[in-house]
Amino acid sequence: MIVALSATAIVVLALLWEIAMPWIDRRLEARRARRAARRAGDAGAAYDPGRERRAEQRARELLKSCVNEEEWAMYRDLGFLRVWGGQSDADGELRGVDYAYLIYPHKPIVAYLPQTGRLLNEYCVEFPDETRPYGSPRLPDSDDVLAKWMALRGDERRIISQANLHLPGRQIDPRQIQRDLWRLSRWERERLARAMRADAPRLAEPADG
Amino acid sequence: MRPGFGEQLIAEGDVDVVEEEQALIEEFRRQLDQGMWAAVPITRADGRREAEMVRAFEEIPRDTGRVIFFPRAAGGAA
Repeated sequence: MIVALSATAIVVLALLWEIAMPWIDRRLEARRARRAARRAGDAGAAYDPGRERRAEQRARELLKSCVNEEEWAMYRDLGFLRVWGGQSDADGELRGVDYAYLIYPHKPIVAYLPQTGRLLNEYCVEFPDETRPYGSPRLPDSDDVLAKWMALRGDERRIISQANLHLPGRQIDPRQIQRDLWRLSRWERERLARAMRADAPRLAEPADG
Repeated sequence: MRPGFGEQLIAEGDVDVVEEEQALIEEFRRQLDQGMWAAVPITRADGRREAEMVRAFEEIPRDTGRVIFFPRAAGGAA
């Protein structure tokens, strides 16, 4: 009886340990980061529970001010952006090929063929801050999206050459992407229908003269 | 854009004022030396919004309102 209870207790303790370890790791990591920030004398890096939320709010405003209205609405409603490929290709090598990218925050850029929905590649790219010796948190979600958008719009070849290329499915489940493409097409249809409804009264007015 | 903080104003000035332009040039170079990329949001004649990556201060359109710096891209999750 005692042996059985002891064995059960050991198993319970082992399971609790397994559960608690990641939590303890996170706490220790946060503590180390705070100490490093204090040592660096950076008062702004001290723990502030609202900092990341405020950063994300600013990032959303910045994103909204930079991208097109349709793109902003897409990100706001769907959580990702679509960017057509070949837009910044100065020598025209890639022009005429209809391909596009999906930009997710802190996930790989996904290239696909809009006509067929076929997924081409995942481009894994990050924007690490190299100015801080102890490393730092990542960009706010919307800043990460904006950085990818600007880089793809401004110099597609450069960012693609920096990224790690993988086949689809490496980090993002292809079923999720297909679902997102379906959501995107539905979103575009609804948006077009709304625009047509808004234009209808104007078109129905009799022409002067 | 700064990881963990988001958008922060680094410098501002009028490029038509020599001293202020010089300060902007120095800050621009300092950011690039730190490994940042620089982009300029632009609006085309047809209203489309785009972005241009710039590698030198001279590449920045004179009438632009802002230059956005963000950490240089690197391959992730290899």
